[in-house]
Amino acid sequence: MRPRTKKLLFSFSLLVFLFFYIPILFVVIYSFNDSKLGTVWTGFTLEWYGSLFQNSQLISATMNSLYLAVITTIISTILGTLAALALHRYTFIGKKSVEFLFYIPVVIPDIVVAVALLAIYGILNMSLGLNTAVPGHVAITISYVMLVVLARLSSFDSSLEEAAKDLGANEWKTFWKVTFPLILPGVIAGALLAFTISLDEFVISFFTLGPGDNTLPVLVYSMVRLGVSPEVNVLSTIIIAIMFIVVLVVGLRMRKRGEVK
Amino acid sequence: MRKNFEKAYLLLSPSLFWLTLFLVIPVLFIAVISFTTNGDFGAIIYEFSTDAYSAAFSSLYAKVIWQSIWWALIATIVCLVVAYPFAYFIANSGKWKNLLLLLVMVPFWTNLLIRLYAWIILMNNQGVINNVLMDWGFIKEPLALMYSPGGVILGLVYGFLPFMILPIYSSIEQLDKTYLEASEDLGAGPVRTFLHVTLPLTFPGILAGFIITFVPAISVFVVTDLFTGGKLLMVGNVIRDAFLVEMNWQLGAALSLLLMILVLLSLMIFMRFTSRKDRKLLV
Repeated sequence: MRPRTKKLLFSFSLLVFLFFYIPILFVVIYSFNDSKLGTVWTGFTLEWYGSLFQNSQLISATMNSLYLAVITTIISTILGTLAALALHRYTFIGKKSVEFLFYIPVVIPDIVVAVALLAIYGILNMSLGLNTAVPGHVAITISYVMLVVLARLSSFDSSLEEAAKDLGANEWKTFWKVTFPLILPGVIAGALLAFTISLDEFVISFFTLGPGDNTLPVLVYSMVRLGVSPEVNVLSTIIIAIMFIVVLVVGLRMRKRGEVK
Repeated sequence: MRKNFEKAYLLLSPSLFWLTLFLVIPVLFIAVISFTTNGDFGAIIYEFSTDAYSAAFSSLYAKVIWQSIWWALIATIVCLVVAYPFAYFIANSGKWKNLLLLLVMVPFWTNLLIRLYAWIILMNNQGVINNVLMDWGFIKEPLALMYSPGGVILGLVYGFLPFMILPIYSSIEQLDKTYLEASEDLGAGPVRTFLHVTLPLTFPGILAGFIITFVPAISVFVVTDLFTGGKLLMVGNVIRDAFLVEMNWQLGAALSLLLMILVLLSLMIFMRFTSRKDRKLLV
């Protein structure tokens, strides 16, 4: 690249980073603002942080989010890994259609999944609760696990499996002693992805949870609708800080080992 | 082959079962509902009717559909124009590459609602921007920054820009640099090399980015909801209200089905024009 082009690209990219981070920065700053109303700075305080940790709604919403994310991750990781093994190993009739089916959850608007499930629940007269959000969460995360594990499998040397078989291991033993340890990093990456997507999912939860069962994003939505408030500033700041730490720590570690793109 | 077939479907059956039961059947059910008749108090009467589609294309909702397509399209194009040079810079920033990419991942993974909230702090009537402009005497009355199509498009761009950056970044990073050298050796200048080599080779990334940005942008309801309090509407708002407020499932189902058709078409186009290794750009 010519130096002038490079300089231009650098300045432009700096602006994009500012565009990303300036709004976030203001949330963080205002979380320490003494004033209860609006955005006028009246002084530094940690008061809102203290009151947030006594908010029982918030604690139950967090627990619900974690519960859903754990259940979703377990189911999607198992189902997605099995599917990836099938798609990697075998050529079979209907493979193209199966692959197409797995790409649908990646691109489908979440509101369509949400209202479709709501309609089914409605017609079956099912009462909504925390677990009625599980089917939707799993449906949109299976594909991500499958694709991540599949990517790992494609860089996998199948002669290792053949060697194990030649040495007398049966299929079951070959899988647990050879295949599984080798694809494990892919399975873990897929599981992390499923966990994060579920934790972050708003629309499907909004439609398919029971009236009293909030998850964190649903609670944030109901708070944000009421406008700017110290509680939301603090809650957002904490979530942003956790994201920052998790992304940097997990990301840098995985990148170092070359496990995630 | 037969044995393979059985084993393959044995491994696939749990996920196919789940996706069929909780995705395919519900969506097909929505398709059926969209052709039924709306009875009293939102009851579903199983008589064939295209009322929901006439309503969807009536002047009232057609305006919302067009305005959703239009705003989502503008936002997607803005994202593309911003994301390409940005991704190009990151992909060529040597040892800083990983760190810069992770700085894109933070907003990517931070909840959309929180990121939209950040703009509410900046743009509302007592917000940072209005306060500064009034203090400096540029304006007397606060500007309705959030309540305008411009505010909505800004929200869409801010919300979905990372979706555009990541696939374009991947495709630029995978680019075989020897093609660029070959092009320059053959006498093409930087502009020509970019237009005739780089751009076509990174096209799958652009296409993937376009799809995964446009689809959520056209179907999202929280941007209009949080920024305008429902004064401006997109398709997502109408679907939500049809199901949760007006009890007009037929209308909501018809609009959902239209969105679904749009998505399947774009997925088919993507699969048609890209190779298997490009597909992972979608994820």
